[in-house]
Amino acid sequence: MTVADQGLVIDPMHQFQIVPLFGGDTLTWYTPTNQTLWLGVAVVVISALMIVGSSAKAVIPGRTQSISELLYTFIHNMVEEVTGHEGAKFFPYLMVLFTFIVTSNILGLIPGAFAPTSHIAVTAVLALAVFLTVTLVGFWNKGIGFLGMFWVSSAPLVLRPVLAAIEIISYFVRPLSHSIRLGGNIMAGHAVMKVFAGFAGVMGLASIVPIAAIATIYGLELLVAVVQAYVFTILTCVYLRDAVGQAHH
Amino acid sequence: MATTETVAGAAGEAAQKGMPQLNFATWPNQIFWLVVALVIIYFVLTQIAMPRIAAILAERKGTIGNDLAAAEELKSKARAAEKAYNAALEQARGEAAKIIAATKAAIQKDLDVALAAADVQIGAKAAESEKRIAEIRAGALEAVSDVARDTAGALVEALGGHADAGAIAAAVTERLKG
Repeated sequence: MTVADQGLVIDPMHQFQIVPLFGGDTLTWYTPTNQTLWLGVAVVVISALMIVGSSAKAVIPGRTQSISELLYTFIHNMVEEVTGHEGAKFFPYLMVLFTFIVTSNILGLIPGAFAPTSHIAVTAVLALAVFLTVTLVGFWNKGIGFLGMFWVSSAPLVLRPVLAAIEIISYFVRPLSHSIRLGGNIMAGHAVMKVFAGFAGVMGLASIVPIAAIATIYGLELLVAVVQAYVFTILTCVYLRDAVGQAHH
Repeated sequence: MATTETVAGAAGEAAQKGMPQLNFATWPNQIFWLVVALVIIYFVLTQIAMPRIAAILAERKGTIGNDLAAAEELKSKARAAEKAYNAALEQARGEAAKIIAATKAAIQKDLDVALAAADVQIGAKAAESEKRIAEIRAGALEAVSDVARDTAGALVEALGGHADAGAIAAAVTERLKG
């Protein structure tokens, strides 16, 4: 532990601590925290982007309007293509999901910021909401026929019970993988950068190496921030297709 | 270990927590504020932003559609104008050919008239000339008999004879007839 004795203190998980925003030790269910602050920042940024961006109502869009239109048409096309026409009524729901996740992910990359999406509590709520929506909408639309998606009618009869068991297990694992994928990616990226930052603090001139690594990882994390938001949203579309579409698997 | 001590010292109860994500004591707080944030975003998007953007996109689609229709109309108009222009050009060409033919015919007529007049004049001139030539010829014959008489008289004189004008004239006339 010679390095540690010189003062190498790397605590990559410290940045994920949730602390009351205005001091104090007690954390009740309504105490504003550092996470609340960044949830608020995300709300403000989304509102500013989407309301200001659409306020000009210009036929030839400006910059902000282009961004809001891009988000709108991107998600709209995704819903239409993946979920099908019946899924179009879930478009606002997916807009909320994507704008919230992508904004939180990117805001979290600001040095010193806090990424709400790095917390399993947040991603689990999002994923469980998707799971419950899909299940309820599926039974609402198809009644007991919704269970047909577990019964693979194209497979040989002997294999169908086995496949049904696998399909049911994978169906219930969905919210878990859905939430861990997003939360884990964001958390891991931030933790890795923190570890490199810890190295940079004690290496003197050689710090250029971890600093270069941080810069590289930062670029990668920007990509991850957008890609994970995209993945979360498109998976939601795929799951919704089971509930509203004709396609079975 | 230094690391553990620092963690424990810096974050107070952090040592017992491990990953802050798995500190379930914070979950009700996180979930409450997350739901608040999502509800606000939902209302901002569905009540304000999305209807506006939908309207903008619809308007743009309409504008582009109208512009395309107008362009199509203008194109067909331009095509009709081109057709009319070509037709007019063709007609003008036909008329020009007609005018050229008429002018040519008129010129030919004038030319024929002028030629006929010229022929008549030339005929008259030729007849007159022929008359003059005949006169000159007659005059010349007379002159020849005169010259012959004079020459004959002179020859006779020169040869020492005596010129008898009457005989010479008769002889010359006799010769000229022959």
